[in-house]
Amino acid sequence: MSKTTASEPGPVPAEDQDLGAAGSQLSTAPQEEQPGLPALGVIGWVRWFWRQLTSMRVALLLLLLLSLAAIPGSVIPQTGIDVLKVAEFRKEHTTLAPIYDKLGLFHVYSSVWFSAIYILLFVSLIGCIVPRTWQFVGQLRGRPPAAPKRLTRLPAYTTWRTEADPGQVREAALALLKRRRFRAHVAGDAVAAEKGYLREAGNLAFHIALIVMLVAFAWGQLYKSEGNKLIVEGGGFSNTLTQYDDFKSGNLFTQDDLDPFSFRLNQFTGTYELTGPNRGTPRTYQADVTYSVGAYGKDKRTIIKVNEPLQIGDSKVYLVSHGYAPVITVRDGKGKVVMNRQAVPLLPLDGNVTSSGAIKVMDGYRNPEGKKEQLGFQAFFLPTYGGKGSTMLSAFPALLNPMLALNAYHGDLGVDSGIPQSVYQLNKKNLKEFKDSKGELFKKQLKIGETMTLPGGAGSVTFEGVEEWAGFQVTRQPGSVWALVGAVAAILGLAGSLFIQRRRVWVRAVTGDDGVTVVEMAGLGRSESAKVPEELGDLAATLYDRAPGAPDPESPEDDRASVPAEGAEQK
Amino acid sequence: MTHAATELAAATNEHLASISNTLIYSAMAVYTLAFFAYIAEWIFGSRSKVGRTAAALTAQTAAKAKAAAPAVTVNKAGGTAVLERPKVVVRSAAGSRDVPDGPGAHGGDEQGDLFGRVAISLTVLAFLVELGGVVARAASVQRAPWGNMYEFNITFSTVAVGVYLGLLALKKNVRWLGLLLITTVLLDLGLAVTVLYTASDQLVPALHSYWLYIHVSTAIFCGASFYVGAAGAVAYLFKDSYESKLAGGGKPGTFATSVLERLPSAATLDKFSYRINAAIFPLWTFTIIAGAIWAGDAWGRYWGWDPKETWSFITWVAYACYLHARATAGWKGRKAAYLALIAFSCWLFNYYGVNFLFSGKHSYAGV
Ligand code: HEM
Repeated sequence: MSKTTASEPGPVPAEDQDLGAAGSQLSTAPQEEQPGLPALGVIGWVRWFWRQLTSMRVALLLLLLLSLAAIPGSVIPQTGIDVLKVAEFRKEHTTLAPIYDKLGLFHVYSSVWFSAIYILLFVSLIGCIVPRTWQFVGQLRGRPPAAPKRLTRLPAYTTWRTEADPGQVREAALALLKRRRFRAHVAGDAVAAEKGYLREAGNLAFHIALIVMLVAFAWGQLYKSEGNKLIVEGGGFSNTLTQYDDFKSGNLFTQDDLDPFSFRLNQFTGTYELTGPNRGTPRTYQADVTYSVGAYGKDKRTIIKVNEPLQIGDSKVYLVSHGYAPVITVRDGKGKVVMNRQAVPLLPLDGNVTSSGAIKVMDGYRNPEGKKEQLGFQAFFLPTYGGKGSTMLSAFPALLNPMLALNAYHGDLGVDSGIPQSVYQLNKKNLKEFKDSKGELFKKQLKIGETMTLPGGAGSVTFEGVEEWAGFQVTRQPGSVWALVGAVAAILGLAGSLFIQRRRVWVRAVTGDDGVTVVEMAGLGRSESAKVPEELGDLAATLYDRAPGAPDPESPEDDRASVPAEGAEQK
Repeated sequence: MTHAATELAAATNEHLASISNTLIYSAMAVYTLAFFAYIAEWIFGSRSKVGRTAAALTAQTAAKAKAAAPAVTVNKAGGTAVLERPKVVVRSAAGSRDVPDGPGAHGGDEQGDLFGRVAISLTVLAFLVELGGVVARAASVQRAPWGNMYEFNITFSTVAVGVYLGLLALKKNVRWLGLLLITTVLLDLGLAVTVLYTASDQLVPALHSYWLYIHVSTAIFCGASFYVGAAGAVAYLFKDSYESKLAGGGKPGTFATSVLERLPSAATLDKFSYRINAAIFPLWTFTIIAGAIWAGDAWGRYWGWDPKETWSFITWVAYACYLHARATAGWKGRKAAYLALIAFSCWLFNYYGVNFLFSGKHSYAGV
């Protein structure tokens, strides 16, 4: 028997009761204790609490709680997923929203109570794994426990008589079991052997892998960064904070963590289903880019697709969106160009890329009176316009019949006020409308190549063409490699834990009363399984070759003994 | 490709799609025949009136007294040189009931058995036809057949029947499952062709990825297997209460007796259900990880608590609960079986409920 068993005489599980030490230590699962009252004093309470926390029952309850706690997050809109939906929900449910806010129900997965559950679970896990690992090391160092007195009580049993010498039989059995990769040794009159330690190792590896994954996720959360950048065909980007349109990062992120690289968008290509019920569904999106790593890296060309980000160092560049950027030229009343063939990206509003945005002429424009002024246009763009009289919604996402609709304003765009404003919207506070002949807001629809002349000799706007833009997300998720390693280890460990059976085999050979050797073999698995008797039969058959059967003495006692217990299956 | 070639390809695809539809409807017809054959098997099987369980349970009390005597088999090879294998005696753990497995739906009745065999042959036929339908559908869209819920459903039922037939081919004791399985397959297909039907078409770019193939194919296989495991757990619950009622001296109703007598014993059903769930759990873990890798490639984040992701996680934790429960004293048996059913309901909800109720990144074209 192993030393660890001797030092840890815990209560024996019900199924092992009549097997004693032979059935113990087949796993390192903690013994179930009745939740008795804690001993007095602080230390008594702490110890009691710790025991409870690291028990299987509490682990099970915490797991149950965790799955329950994850549910609200799938029902209630979450700020981490869709801020707009949360805002909508707040508007619609004015009484519920404050309550939800207090309970952290709009960010379940980072709420106090959700964190409390999984932190408790992982504390429990660590509190469970550490002693289990020690115990397992002890089991590996020790030896399989000696044979129980009555092998007949074990789940699989066989016996025969042989003329071979008991010592020889034991030796043959030891050699056989060792050949079959059992850990075996002779203890007294029997050989004790055990196999399948990988089950326990796998189980421990699985639980440790869970911790590795959790730590990797936490690490990733703290150091991650994520930024978006919209680039028009021909435009470029280099990976510094100032170049991003928006940027989010974990608490411990520093600017030095950004991988140095830059890239240029050569071309964006989108193709769409032309016919059928899913007409307009995108089929491919791809961005043709040229990138270089480091300050003086060589240019390399590659394609980024929706599922195929570009990986540079720890960063990944994803293609996340696309849209159109009409190319605009603006002239003042004297014909001087104040905006030269500039591509102005617009934001898509629907699946057919109906887009809207603003064109802002900030410098260089003088009005007919010769005064400095700014121009602003509300732009509405349809890649496929249905023709006169149709709706102002695009009919198809590709550029089949592009049309740009503009409303014109002049005055102060308010860009110098210091308050950041969206590039897609006009701040009309200090803007005046251009009026048409009827005194209404001046607006016009343009096809490619067309020019609209502003009223009162205020200049003109030419719609020169359309470029496409692509939105890129650059993310850096450190720790994801560790998460993956943990995940793979978890699967392998699980497979080991669930598919490998830990089992023991004993072979006893003693000289019977009549001088003939009696061989007894028995097998025990951690759970009942058909494999244990099968394997035992196989081992017995092999051993039987070495120690062939001897004639039976015709004693009535043996006859009675040969009747198996009621209900036992015979193989 | 020239314009004419595109037209031609489109025409072939439409042709294939309509072949697929015909095959699916034919499969439904054959499954319906199989359904009636299974019913006939159960009806004829009800003629046998063997009360095996009761007999075994009464005998057991007697056996308990005898159990003190060692259960030993002595191999009588005699003095001859014939080499025989020593016989292995198997004893079940103390405290469990020793009930033999029932004979199956046919109840030992010859005619019943014949109908059962006919039913299985029909099931095999329907399976092949349905498989053809799924393959034709895949060929018509030139991608894996799981771009929308219609395709998901037809693939799912094909795989579920495949798992069943596979277990039968491995000589596992699962024939009793036939009627239940075919009933759900018919429901599943009925739902697919009426509510969920979507004309075949292409996927949005985010669904083009080999990780998707891996993720979805394993998800379907896991679901189909978990279904079989859950069916085992349900059968276990019924059989277990039947057995304990008998053991307690109660008298179950004649219908319950007729049906449950023919099922395998509670212990066998319990083990069956556990083995399937345990064997599939690592694969389910893998499925979730493959999904995370795909999400990482497609959406720029591995895990975002999207409703589908959340419910996969919940399902995973629920199955982990089940496995823990089986290792925890006081939770074995019925409580663990309830957990297995809860876990499977989570899977089902993830599959149907989430697609209909919540809009997340996962709700793609055609529901
Ligand atoms: C993060 C949460 C956890 C998950 C997802 C989890 C999952 C699992 C799974 C799937 C198994 C089945 C493998 C098998 O049967 O061999 C298992 C077994 C086991 N778990 Fe956990 N577990 C978690 C936490 C814990 C905690 C906190 C403890 C300690 C109290 C624990 C102790 C055990 C033990 C002892 C076994 C093996 C039981 C046996 O030998 O059959 N687990 N766990």
